[in-house]
Amino acid sequence: MTADGLDLDERDAPSVIGEKCATDSDAATTAAAAASSPALDAAATAAASSPALDAATLRQRAAWIRRDILDMITRAKSGHPGGSLSAADIMATLYFGGILRHNPENPALPERDRFILSKGHAAPVLYATLAEAGYFPREELATLRKLGSRLQGHPDMHKLPGVEVSTGSLGQGLSIAAGLAYALRNRGESAQVFVLLGDGELQEGQIWEAILFAAHQGLGNLVAIIDNNGLQIDGSTDEISSLGAIEAKFRAFGWASHTTDGHDVAALHTALTQAKHYTDAPFALIAHTVKGKGVSFMENQCGWHGKAPSAEQCAAALVEVEQFCGPQEEQKEQPQQESKERLWQTGGAR
Amino acid sequence: MANGGRTMSDLKLRKATRAAYGETLVELLNEGVDIYAVDADLAGATTSAKLKAADATRHVNVGIAEQNMIGVAAGISLMGATVFTGSFAVFGTGRVYDQIRNTVCYANLNVKIAPTHAGISVGADGGSHQMVEDIALMRVLPNMRVLVPADYASTKAALRIAALTPGPFYVRMGRAEAEPIYPSIEGFALETTHVLRAGDDVSIIACGMEVHQALLAAERLAEQGLSAEVIDAFSIKPLDERTILDSVRKTGFAVTAEEHSVIGGLGEAVAALLAEHPGILRKPLRRIGVQDRFGTSGAFDELFAAYGLDATAIVSRVLQ
Repeated sequence: MTADGLDLDERDAPSVIGEKCATDSDAATTAAAAASSPALDAAATAAASSPALDAATLRQRAAWIRRDILDMITRAKSGHPGGSLSAADIMATLYFGGILRHNPENPALPERDRFILSKGHAAPVLYATLAEAGYFPREELATLRKLGSRLQGHPDMHKLPGVEVSTGSLGQGLSIAAGLAYALRNRGESAQVFVLLGDGELQEGQIWEAILFAAHQGLGNLVAIIDNNGLQIDGSTDEISSLGAIEAKFRAFGWASHTTDGHDVAALHTALTQAKHYTDAPFALIAHTVKGKGVSFMENQCGWHGKAPSAEQCAAALVEVEQFCGPQEEQKEQPQQESKERLWQTGGAR
Repeated sequence: MANGGRTMSDLKLRKATRAAYGETLVELLNEGVDIYAVDADLAGATTSAKLKAADATRHVNVGIAEQNMIGVAAGISLMGATVFTGSFAVFGTGRVYDQIRNTVCYANLNVKIAPTHAGISVGADGGSHQMVEDIALMRVLPNMRVLVPADYASTKAALRIAALTPGPFYVRMGRAEAEPIYPSIEGFALETTHVLRAGDDVSIIACGMEVHQALLAAERLAEQGLSAEVIDAFSIKPLDERTILDSVRKTGFAVTAEEHSVIGGLGEAVAALLAEHPGILRKPLRRIGVQDRFGTSGAFDELFAAYGLDATAIVSRVLQ
C-alpha cells in the first residue's frame, strides 16, 4: 500500500490477523451477507467509492482533531490532552475512513454502528471528532467543561448527540458494549459495536469479566480498540502494573486479535476493515500509540495525562499540529457539507 | 393490574419474596414487555432461571462476574429493553455500587436492580452474606427508586411497577419465607404506602419482613390497651410522605422498623421527613433495625430476636 492511497479494493488481507480469521474476500462476503438492508449495501458502495478515503485526507482530519483537542482543553483550563491526542488517528479512521456506519443528521438511526468511548476522560477527542463530523457546531467546543455546557468533563449521552452512552468510570465500557452487541444480535440487527479502551484501563478487573463474556457469547459484532500508549497517570503501565502481551492475552481468552501502528491511518484502516468484517468472534485491535502524539513536548510524558497547556504552550503545540492541517481555505469548508457526501448515507430513511 | 394467572389462594401461602421474581419476569414477557434478565451464577437461587426456561435468549448468565452483569444489562437497555439484574443483595448492590452509580443511574438507564437474599433473614450463611446496607446505598443515588415489598404479592406488584416505569429501580427481595400480608397484587403504586391497621397511639412504619412483625406487635399492644397504626412503607424512595405525616400527626409517636441498618434506611428517611415538620412528634422517634453492626449465622427467627427485630422487640421499644 502507498502512503497516500487507501484503495479498499486493493487492500490485501493481512494474514497476521489471527488463526481463525478469514481472508479478506471471505470476510467481505460474510459482511455482505450480514448486510441485509439496501441502505447498508448503498453505504458499503458509497464508502468504497468515496474519494475522501485516502490517507492524506485522514491524516488531515486527525490534525484537525488534534488542533481542536488542544484548543478546547486550553480554553477549559483542564482536561486530558495526552490520551486524547494518542487516539486522534484511531478516531479519524473510524469516523472519516468509512469504518463506522453513522449519520450525524440522524444520530439515533437504528441501523447505525455504535461507538463507545470507554476511556471517557479522552472526551475531547470524541467531541472534536463529532464536531468535525457535523453532530454539533464546532464553536461549541469552546464550552468544554463549563457550566451549562453539553460538553461535560466526561461524555454524557443525554446532553450531546453522537454520545452513545455516558462513561467516565474506567473499566465499564466493554461490558456495556458487549451487552449492546448481545442485544443487537438477538434482534437480528447487523450493526456493530466499536469500543475504545485505554491500555491502563485493562488493569480494571471488570474488563476481563467482559472479555470472558464476549468470547463465551461469540460476539462477532464487537470490536475493541486498545489505545496502547503505555502510560497511565502515575507512570508507565510497566512501572505500575504490567499488561504484558495484550494481543496474546486476548487470543488466549478466545478473541481474534491484531496489533497495529495506531498513528498510521493506512494501517489502522486495514486493521479496522478486517476487524469489522470478521464476525466469528469478538475482535481486539491493539493500536500502538504515543501519549500526547503530535506535540513534541507532550509525547510520552505522563505529566500531560490530565493537565491543560498554558496559552503559550498551546500556541507552541498548535504550530506543530497545524502543519498537517492543510490550507486555510480547505479548513473553512463546512464539515457538515462534507460529511453528507462522505459518510454513510441512509437513502430515503430520513 | 393483572393477577398474573395466580389464584387468590396462592397469595395466602407463606412464600419467599424471591419466589415472585422469576414468575413475574415470565408473566411480563408473556404480556409483551421487551424484558431481559442478567444474572451472575445465581439464577436458580434468585429464580430468574424461570425466564431462561421461557426464552433462553432473554436470560443472560454472565457467571460469577457481577460488575459485568450490570454493564451488560446497561448495554442491553440501550436497545430500548427493560433489563433486570440479579445476584444476592450483598453482591448485586455493594460490590457493583460504582457500576450502578456511574453506568445505570448517571445515564438514567432502564435497568432494574433486583437482587435477592437481602437482610439478616438470609440466616445461616452469616454476616458476609447478610446485606443490611443496600437500602442506604441505593436510596442515595439520583434517578434511583427503591421498593421494599413485604410479601410475595407485594413483590409481584413491586416488580411490575419497576418493569413498567422507565429508569432505574431497586427492588429488595429476601430468601426466607414471608407471611402473606396482601390478598392481591392490585392497588400498589410508586410513592404509595398502605395503612394495614388503623390506630391512634403510635405509628409503626415498617418495610419488608418487618411489616409482619409490626402487625404482630400491634396485636400485642392492643392487648395492653395501646392502639398502633401499622404502615407498610413499601415505596422507600419516593417516600409516601403524606400518608406518614397524616398518621404521625394523629398519633404523635413514630416507630420505624426495618431489616436493615438504622443508618441510611427507612428510619433515617422518616427521621428526616419528621425533622422537616416540627411539632408533630410528641415523643422521640424510635428506629428499629440493625444497630450499626454486621449479621451472624443463625436461624431466621433466632436472628430476629437476637438483633431486636421481632415483634417482642417492637413492643418493648414502643412501651419504652
